[in-house]
Amino acid sequence: MLTFYDVPVRSRLLLGTARYPSPAILAEAVRSSGTEVVTVSLRREAAGERAGQAFWSLVRELGVRVLPNTAGCHTVKEAVTTAHMAREVFGTRWIKLEVIGEEDTLQPDVFGLVEATRILCAEGFEVFPYTTEDLTVAERLTAAGCRVLMPWGSPIGSGHGLNNLFGLKALRARFAQVPLIVDAGIGVPSHAAQALELGFDAVLINTAVSQAADPARMAGAFAHAVSAGREAFLAGPMEPRDMAVPSSPVVGTALLS
Amino acid sequence: MNIEVNGERREVRAGDLAAALEELGFADAVLATAVNGAFVPAGERAAAMLAEGDRLEILAPMQGG
Repeated sequence: MLTFYDVPVRSRLLLGTARYPSPAILAEAVRSSGTEVVTVSLRREAAGERAGQAFWSLVRELGVRVLPNTAGCHTVKEAVTTAHMAREVFGTRWIKLEVIGEEDTLQPDVFGLVEATRILCAEGFEVFPYTTEDLTVAERLTAAGCRVLMPWGSPIGSGHGLNNLFGLKALRARFAQVPLIVDAGIGVPSHAAQALELGFDAVLINTAVSQAADPARMAGAFAHAVSAGREAFLAGPMEPRDMAVPSSPVVGTALLS
Repeated sequence: MNIEVNGERREVRAGDLAAALEELGFADAVLATAVNGAFVPAGERAAAMLAEGDRLEILAPMQGG
């Protein structure tokens, strides 16, 4: 069974909670996705609005585990401080660690990521690092104590799917025992199925569901895709070939000319 | 005294962080706090004295990806 830091999970679909048309639609999407883990963040609260309090009540009613993120952090200090604050508010040692390095692509600053990971793992955090498919970075992250890795598929919110198949396959092969979650860039269920077919353990989806015309329906579609992709991986996909190979028997073909 | 609360200038009478949160209307809210960029755990708020010009961040659960 798949585990994240010794916590067993049945659903291989993790869902982000941002950018839904309404809280009610978010709740519907979470239910139809079958997810057990949703990502959340921390933002400034206005005393009059208490938007955060309402959101937190909603998430608690959904009965899912939360994975807080450090989205929007550009430095090690910001990310580490945000992680401390998230641990207190959400009561979990899990942290999806993001240290953003570049504005246009939201590419992780992998140097800052490794540094922040070392600090947080030493403090007992269970870090889910948002990283690239770079093997050396992954090596440093696991050496620092990560027991889950979250490589990007393509830039956050871009919907481009798996941008570097060769790199992702190499990462899967090199870290065969580490749960790998493809995070970011997945646009349609076929991208998610592809990630699972390649042997990735799970996917994290946000924009592809929340910005769909019908988010709850799309969440259900992703649930099917993830199941299909996993089943296909376990079934052992055929190897692609460059030339045609007839599928019907050649022996016994009638001579009708 | 004047402090900065989530980026906005505010005047508070309270001397410590716990009292300031109450005065600002956050008495029973689920939130985390930082003063001048440093995290202040809930258990240490009453002992955290504020000074003129301090930057207070009050963060709460929010949607995230």
